[in-house]
Amino acid sequence: MTNELIHARIEQQAPGFLTGSETARDGMLTLETTREHIYDFLQFLRDDEGLHFHFLTTLCGIHYPDQNGRELGVMYLLHNWRKNIRLRVKVFVPIEEPHLPSVTTIWPAANWMERETFDFFGICFDGHPKLTRILNVEDMEVFPLRKEYKLEDGTRTDKDDRYFGRDGHEGQRFD
Amino acid sequence: MPIQSYFSQLDSLDGELATLNLGPTHPATHGIFQNVLKMNGEKIVSAEPTIGYIHRAFEKLAERRPYNQITPITDRLNYCSSPINNMGWHMTVEKLAGIEVPKRAQYMRVIIMELARLADHLICNSVIGVDTGALTGFTYMFQERERIYDMYEEVCGTRLTTNVGRIGGMERDFSPAFHKKLKDFLRTFPAKFEEFNNLLERNRIFMDRTIGAGPISAERAMAYGFTGPNLRACGVDYDVRVALPYSSYEDFDFIIPVGTQGDTYDRFMVRQEEMRQSLRIIQQAYDNLPAGDYHADVPDYYLPPKDDVYTKMEALIYHFKIVMGEVPIPKGEVYHAVEGGNGELGFYLISDGGRQPYRLHFRRPCFIYYQAYPEMVKGSMLSDAILTMSSMNVIAGELDA
Repeated sequence: MTNELIHARIEQQAPGFLTGSETARDGMLTLETTREHIYDFLQFLRDDEGLHFHFLTTLCGIHYPDQNGRELGVMYLLHNWRKNIRLRVKVFVPIEEPHLPSVTTIWPAANWMERETFDFFGICFDGHPKLTRILNVEDMEVFPLRKEYKLEDGTRTDKDDRYFGRDGHEGQRFD
Repeated sequence: MPIQSYFSQLDSLDGELATLNLGPTHPATHGIFQNVLKMNGEKIVSAEPTIGYIHRAFEKLAERRPYNQITPITDRLNYCSSPINNMGWHMTVEKLAGIEVPKRAQYMRVIIMELARLADHLICNSVIGVDTGALTGFTYMFQERERIYDMYEEVCGTRLTTNVGRIGGMERDFSPAFHKKLKDFLRTFPAKFEEFNNLLERNRIFMDRTIGAGPISAERAMAYGFTGPNLRACGVDYDVRVALPYSSYEDFDFIIPVGTQGDTYDRFMVRQEEMRQSLRIIQQAYDNLPAGDYHADVPDYYLPPKDDVYTKMEALIYHFKIVMGEVPIPKGEVYHAVEGGNGELGFYLISDGGRQPYRLHFRRPCFIYYQAYPEMVKGSMLSDAILTMSSMNVIAGELDA
C-alpha cells in the first residue's frame, strides 16, 4: 500500500472528509480534516477493510498562535500493522472554541492521550469519560504547552531566537 | 437494591468496602504511583490510578533546547534503558536532517541498545521474582546489570543517565577495555542467566503466583495501544525492530518471542526469551562489526575533536556554531520510533527551522499501556495487582515524562 493508494481510497470511499493532504518530510502521508468530520473519518480509517488503520499509535496537541482561527491542532498517528504503513491525521480548531469529539469510543487508548492533550493545550474532548488534568496539578489554571507561556525568565537576552535563525513566532521570542 | 443484598452479591466477608491508597510511595510499587483501590476484603473492586508525580515537563523543556541538549532529557524517560531513548532521539534528528550514519556506528548503536534492553529486562524480571518472594535471583542479576553499566561507562562515561552517542554517530569508538568487558560478558553471562532462569521458570511457587495474574486479551491490548513485551505476551508479534527496521536491524537474525495468555507469567517468559535474542543480536553485531568511521562526516552537527578546536580555525567555527545553536536545520516534521524496553518509543518532531524543536512529542509506551491497569487488576487479589504492575514494567520516568 502506498500513500497514493491510501489517498485514492479515501477520495473514493469517503469523499468530502479531506481538507488537505501532503507528504511530510519523513514520507508519511499527512491528512487534514475538519472538526465536524474527524470522528467519522477516524472511524472510517479504522473500519474500512482496504485501509484498516486499526492502531492508534499516539495523539498530541500542537499550538500555532499565528494561524488565525485554527490555532490549536491535534495530530492523530495511526498505524496499519498488516500493511505496515503509518498515517497522520490532523485537525485544527480555533483557540476560543477548542472543542473536538473524543475518540475514546473508537480506541480506549485515546483516554489518557486526550487527557494529556487537554492538560497541556486546553483542548476539550467532548464525550470523554473523565476529562481532567493528568500530569499537572489539579488546580493549575494555565495550559502550559501553549506558546504564550515562556519557559525561562523573560528578562534573559542571551537566548533571543532572532539571533539563532528562528524568525517566526511571538511566543518563542523574548522581546 | 437494599445495601445488604448488594454487598452479599459482591461476596463480601463483612459487608464493607474499604478504600485503600496504594501509593504514591509504597515499598511494593517500585516508583511513585498512586492507585486508589476499592477493596472488598482482599479483592479489588475498582482501581483509580493517579499519575504525574515526577512530571518534569520534558515536552516544554525540549522547546527551549538545542537539539543536542535534548539528549539528556531523553535519558530520564525510561531510565532503565536510557541508551535506547538516546539513540531514538539521535535517529529522529538524523531523519530530519537527512544524515546517513556509517555502518560501523549503526552496529555500535545496536550493541549498546541491546545491552540496554538486557539491563531493562533483567531489572523487570528479577523484580517480578522479588515480588513473588524470590530475592535471590535479583541479587545475582543486579551484579550482571552492574557489568552492563561498566560497559556503558567505557562508551560514554556515565552509568544510568547515559547521554550516549551523538547526532551523526557515536561520541567515541569502543575502547580496548570495552572490547574486553563485552567479550567477557558474552562468555560468562549466558550461564548465569540460565541459572536465574532455572530458579523461576518451572518453579511451582512462582508459576502459581504468576499464571493467570493480570491477564489481558490481544484485542484489548491492541485497543489500549499496547506495544513491546506486554503486547507480545498476548500473542501479537509486533516489534518495531522488525516492522520498521532502523539502525541496520534488518541485518541480524533473531526471533520475536510471543506468549499466549497475556498474563504475568507470559510477560516474564517473553522478556526472558527477548534477553536471549538480545544476546544473539549483540554477538552477531560484534562479530561483524564493520570497519570504518564511528560517526558521519557532518561537521554542521557533529562536534569536531577538541584538539582541533584549539588549533584549527575551521573546527573552532563549527564548534562555536554547534554550541551556540546556529546550525541550520531543515523545516518539516518527522516521526521516528524505536523498540524501547517497554515498546514503541516514538518521537514526533516538528521543526520550523529554528535551533530548537517547534514541538516535540514523546510517544511513551508506559503512559499508554498503564491506563489498562484498572481493567487488568479488577477482581483480582491485591498481591496479584502488585505483581501485575511490576510485570508491566511501568517506569515512572517514562510514564510522567
